This record gives sequence, C-alpha cells and structure tokens, in this order.
Amino acid sequence: MSTNDAHRAIEATYRIEAPRLIAGLTRVVRDVGLAEELAQDALLVALRQWAENGVPNNPGAWLMTTAKRRALDYFRRNKMAARKLDILAYDIETDTEEPDPDKSLDDEYGDDLLSLIFTACHPVLSPDARAALTLRLIGGLTTDEIARAFLVPEPTIAQRIVRAKRTLAEAGMPFEVPRGSDRDERLASVLEVLYLIFNEGYSATAGESWLRRELCDEALRLGRILAGLAPREPEVHGLVALMEIQASRLAARLGPDGAPILLLDQDRSRWDQMLIRRGLAALERAQRLGGTGPYVLQAAIAACHARARRADDTDWATISALYAALAARVPSPVIELNRAVAVSMAEGPAVALPIVDAIADAPGLKSYHLLPSVRGDLLFKLGRREEARREFERAAAMTRNEREKALLESRAAECV
Amino acid sequence: MRFMMIVKASPESEAGIMPSSELIAAMGRYNEQLIQAGVLLAAEGLQASSQGARVKMERGKLTVTDGPFAETKELIAGFWLIDVKSKDEALEWVKRIPFEEGQEIELRKVFEASDFPVDSVSEEHLAKEAAWREANQKPITN
Repeated sequence: MSTNDAHRAIEATYRIEAPRLIAGLTRVVRDVGLAEELAQDALLVALRQWAENGVPNNPGAWLMTTAKRRALDYFRRNKMAARKLDILAYDIETDTEEPDPDKSLDDEYGDDLLSLIFTACHPVLSPDARAALTLRLIGGLTTDEIARAFLVPEPTIAQRIVRAKRTLAEAGMPFEVPRGSDRDERLASVLEVLYLIFNEGYSATAGESWLRRELCDEALRLGRILAGLAPREPEVHGLVALMEIQASRLAARLGPDGAPILLLDQDRSRWDQMLIRRGLAALERAQRLGGTGPYVLQAAIAACHARARRADDTDWATISALYAALAARVPSPVIELNRAVAVSMAEGPAVALPIVDAIADAPGLKSYHLLPSVRGDLLFKLGRREEARREFERAAAMTRNEREKALLESRAAECV
Repeated sequence: MRFMMIVKASPESEAGIMPSSELIAAMGRYNEQLIQAGVLLAAEGLQASSQGARVKMERGKLTVTDGPFAETKELIAGFWLIDVKSKDEALEWVKRIPFEEGQEIELRKVFEASDFPVDSVSEEHLAKEAAWREANQKPITN
C-alpha cells in the first residue's frame, strides 16, 4: 500500500469513527471543541503509525485510546482541571485495548452520540450555527466542504463553528440526552437542523456545486443515524420518511435545461423507487408509533404523491385532509395555500377559492408570488378571466425568478 | 455515492448450507454497524443458483436455463447497497465485513444521475429515452 493510499484509507476510517470518537471524548472532557481537537490529534498519530505498521484490527478503539491518552497529557499540563483528570485516568484504566465487539454498540455509545447530536443542535445556537456544527462533528465534513455547500466563504463557516463551540463551553451545558419535558423541544431543534441541511441541498439548482446536492445525502444519513439512536420517536421516522421521499425525486425535478419541473409534470419513472420504499417504510414505523406530528403529516402527504403511478392517480382527498390536520397543528398561511390547491384538485376551484380569500391579507404572504398565482389559477378555472389576469400579472411582478415570471406572463396573456 | 458490496458464492452457499450461528451473529453485528452509521440502503442474501434460472437472447429467441450453474466463483450470493461519501469509505466498510477464509467481496459503484451531467446528454437522446420509457414502463393493467 502506498503512503498516499494509506492516508486515504485512514481518512476514510476517521470519517467512520469520528462521530463516536468525538462523542465518547466529550463525555469525558465535557467540551466539544477540545474533544474534536483530541480526536484530530489521535488521527495525526494514526497517520504516522498506521502508514508504517498497518491499520489495527479495531481502528475505532485504537483511536479512542490514543485520544484519551492525549487528553490525560493535556490535563496534566493544565492543573485547573484536576477533577476531570481523575475521571479520565479511571476511564483509561478501565478501558480494554480490544473491546468486546458486542460492547461497541452498547447503550453507552449510543447515548454519547445522541448527546453529541443534541449538544450540536442546542437551541442556544442559531440554526445556521447548529447546522454547521452538526455537519462538522457528526457528518465529519471539513469547514471548506461545508462552506462550498452553503455557498459562503470558508472563514465565515470556520468562525461560525469556533463561536458555536465557545458558546457551548461558556454556557456549561450538561452533556446528556435531555429527558422529560425538555426532550420534545430539544428534539424539535435537532429535527429542524436536519431539515434545514436537507433543504439547503434540495434547493440547489443544476450547475451548482455538486457538494450542495450532497447536503441531501448528508441530512439523510444523519436522519438515519438518529432513527437508529431514538427508534421510539415518531417524528424522527417522520422526518426520515419525508427526506427519503423528497430525495427520491431529485433526478426528476430539473429539466435538461436546468429549469425546475413541477411535481405533477415530473417523469415518475425517474423517481428512485428504493428511496420511496424506504420512505414508506419509515412512515409506517412513525404511524405505528402513533405519530401525528408535523413531519409525519408532511411525510404522509409526500407519500400520497409517491404512491400515485401517474399524476392523475393522486389521492387529492387524502392530501387535503392531511393538510387540514397539518394546519391545525402548525397554523400557517403557506400550509393553507397548499391545502387550497389540494382541495381544488379534490373538490373543484369553487370550494378552494374561499380558503385562498381567507388568507389573502396574511402579512407573511405579502410578497409571496404563489398566493396570486394560485388565486389566478382558481379564478381562471372558474371562468373569471379578467380577475385571473390581474392576479397572474401581480404574481409575475413579485417573482424574481425569470423563468417563473415568463410563465406567469404567458398565463396572464392567455386570459385575454 | 452508492456502492454495492457483492458477496461471491462459495461451494457451501451453492450447496445450500446455512452459515454457522457465529457467522450469522457476526453479520448481524456488522449490519447493525452499517445502520448505526446511517449508510445502509439495502441488503439481501441470495439462495443457491439451483433455485434460479438464466434467460438468454439468442438469434432473436429467449432460452431459459434452470440452475444450478457450474462456475461458482462467478456467481453472487448476496449484496449490501450502501450510501457513502467516497470509494475509500466504501472500502473501509468492505474491510469490516466478517470474512471467512477464501471469501471474496466485490465492490462496485452504482450509476447515479450525477454521473450523467445535464449537458452531456443530448435533447434528442432524452426525448428518445422518454419515448422508450413511455412505451415500456406503462403499467400493464390500469
């Protein structure tokens, strides 16, 4: 094996081992920033030794032991942390070099990783900071990769991560899996971050860095990890289901010219059937657990589309009922607008128009071009062409997307 | 990116001999690791080729040959489909499979939409493919 090959193999090992390594170290040193530094130190030692002697049988355990020895050195130099030193020394003494393979997947490790996810997604951090820190610590992405995926300069991300670690250290947060009443809110914060990462990738257009699209894969992977660690949480399975089903359409949602293709116009033979199956299975798990939260409901809507072999087969009655349930859980004019579209497909434009009229003055939708666009479409179908034309023109003036603008202008012209 | 880790057949797998309980347990632990790491998409074990068949097109006619097939080393006995970031990472997962003496695993990369850059495919080809899909992939009933 050449040195270069060895380095690449070691880096791949690090990607596999880093999350559990950082999680296990954070439990001992109680500082994610320090834990990450120790993990990287251990990687540097591995790069030197493994290139010469080959990769050990249990590389994860090797990295962990090496990192803990480094931590011990660090605390010996830093007398302020005497108590931590005791804990750590005990931890290393009781550590075995070659752990029982059954033990490596035990609850303690799972708890550490779950605690790390909850810490990285702590609500004291801004959603952007949570996303960057999660991708860095659990996804194992470099700051450069994160920066390119989010289309921001690398120093911005680097600084965001440094600040986030400092905030966490200063807040002195306990490193644990939240229990009781706190848990739901903290879990919602984790799910929000994963969905934010996913959507950042999902909104990428053709021609943009492929790394952006990889954010979808990364969010999915994090979601699957979380589902393994917290299998009793229906919303986790709901989010995984939602992401799997949405990701199944990635190949179908952009035309050869890069223009977005709407869901109902997509070539369904290009949908990834394996992701759909996985998504439907995750949704079933969520529903078996009694899930009726926002992610489960959104996944159920996505599943209705995924199950329809042709756009004409879509079960719009179920979709409008699901949107009604979603609007009851999370009141939002955007959800109402989506419900109106589903109701129009299920029961006709006359039933849907009052739903749109009821949200016409919602402050959140003031510059939302889809509101006049949907209203125009309903009026057009009802034969009220003059009113429809005015709505399409209003919508065309609101959108910044040139393709959409052209489409709306042509629809306005159709009304005359 | 997706990779398939293909398990090659062995005289034992072709004879329909079930793996030892130790191996089954080790495989279970390995699968658990893949799941915990969030990389496992699918995994299946295949029965002996005696339970399958081969279909070949020759001079415009289809010939069906029932198994078993002789060339054990060329047969496959199962696979994992994983979603990882690089071939190196996929290789690391291959190395963690509980191997048996003489066992061979083949690693293959799966084609994805990203392998076909949008502008490398001509409009004409896309239209043709769309027509082909239209003609061949319509549900037979309904």
